[in-house]
Amino acid sequence: MGKIELRKNSSKGRLIAVEGMDGSGKSTQIYLLKRWLELEGYKVFFTEWNSSVLVKKATKKGKTANLLTPTTFSLIHCTDFADRFERQIWPLLCAGYIVLADRYCFTAFARDAVRGCSPDWVRTMYSFATQPDITFFFQVPPEVAINRILDGRPTLKYHEAGMDLGLSADIYESFRIFQGRINDAYISMIPEYDFTVIDATQPIDMQQQLVRRIVSERIDLPVYKWKVRSRV
Amino acid sequence: MKFFGEGLPGVNAARLTGKLIAIEGADGSGRSTQIRMLTDWLEGHGYATVNVGLKRSNLVSEELEAAMQGNVLSPITFSLFYATDFADQLENIIVPALKAGLIVLADRYIYTLLARDIVRGGNAEWVESLYSIALVPDVVFYLDVAPRFLVERNMQKSAQLDYWESGMDIRLSRDIFDSFMRYQRLMRNEFRRMSARYNFEVINGNRPPRSIANDLQKHVAPLLKGPQAEKMNISPVSAD
Repeated sequence: MGKIELRKNSSKGRLIAVEGMDGSGKSTQIYLLKRWLELEGYKVFFTEWNSSVLVKKATKKGKTANLLTPTTFSLIHCTDFADRFERQIWPLLCAGYIVLADRYCFTAFARDAVRGCSPDWVRTMYSFATQPDITFFFQVPPEVAINRILDGRPTLKYHEAGMDLGLSADIYESFRIFQGRINDAYISMIPEYDFTVIDATQPIDMQQQLVRRIVSERIDLPVYKWKVRSRV
Repeated sequence: MKFFGEGLPGVNAARLTGKLIAIEGADGSGRSTQIRMLTDWLEGHGYATVNVGLKRSNLVSEELEAAMQGNVLSPITFSLFYATDFADQLENIIVPALKAGLIVLADRYIYTLLARDIVRGGNAEWVESLYSIALVPDVVFYLDVAPRFLVERNMQKSAQLDYWESGMDIRLSRDIFDSFMRYQRLMRNEFRRMSARYNFEVINGNRPPRSIANDLQKHVAPLLKGPQAEKMNISPVSAD
């Protein structure tokens, strides 16, 4: 099978996604990007992975009761994504918004492949999604990201540590192995999906300056100013 | 057995010794009656059976039902929700039962899901790829009943037509009766189109249940193994 592509963005909106390991600092960066765009008066919408209200209950139930297999884990996350995509991301892009996505389908490509799902199957499943105009990949050496997480938040969740894979009986060890594999999967996607790599070991403000510069160079921002004043 | 495509991670289809029988057909085509009769016949001869159907998974059936009531699902989400429900039953019920050598009777299978998506203008290749994880049944029966008879049977049963079975979501007509007829015609055409490709046994469903059951048994008997299989009695056709 040849390369399975995402859809070209045919809308007038722009889509920016951030990807990276847990602990790479990507959520902080996209938050700062959002604040900047909002304060400058652009039409912005922010969306997060795994946050569709519709699917939330089922995902939670599946995770709590360990009902999920790699296949259903993959399907339920894609359902969640599809719900957000069809109801929010796509209509907002069509309305000329800049949509910011904290994790996009690449998160699924990485995790599901590590869990043993067929990469082609997963990529085809998500082929309804729009290719982001910019995908920032916050790259850190896996040890750095792992230590950031393990230092600050010692109780790990079962699935985020990849415990369902049976890599190790020790949850911390399992987390290390799992995250290492996720990182490998991300790195192989850099050329495949044209990621813009940001060195996430740099200070937060330096990274943000770079992110903002890239956004203003690659997106014709003035187009995305509010045309109607809805707020005072 | 084999998968349609790449299959499920970690499952060797060649090791599945049971049999998978799928029964397709619209609401009112007599599916449940036939499944009941087939179950009785098989169990009567000492074969263990397991029944599966759509929207019966532990994982998402309630959420799917709630979403359908509220009519809030967009088309791709809808397809994926159904695929999740299917995969959950495939991995937790169908595969283990087939491993144990049981006979799985599926009250509707992926073909209904494919047909519904295609009729709604979905991307057939995409849906087929979703279900590349599914097992190819040993036999698929399509209970073919003309829409004008389906209407009668549905009315007889509940004195009303189901919103989804009438395809009201795709606005073929504002009139539910008219919409039902049109939608069921579209579904029937789609099933007929699929029948060669997927090797359906098309069964004329406009007949007494006994005659249909008899047909089904004739197709199922050759699939069975063991000493009992030699002397499987096909139930005689009698007036109901």
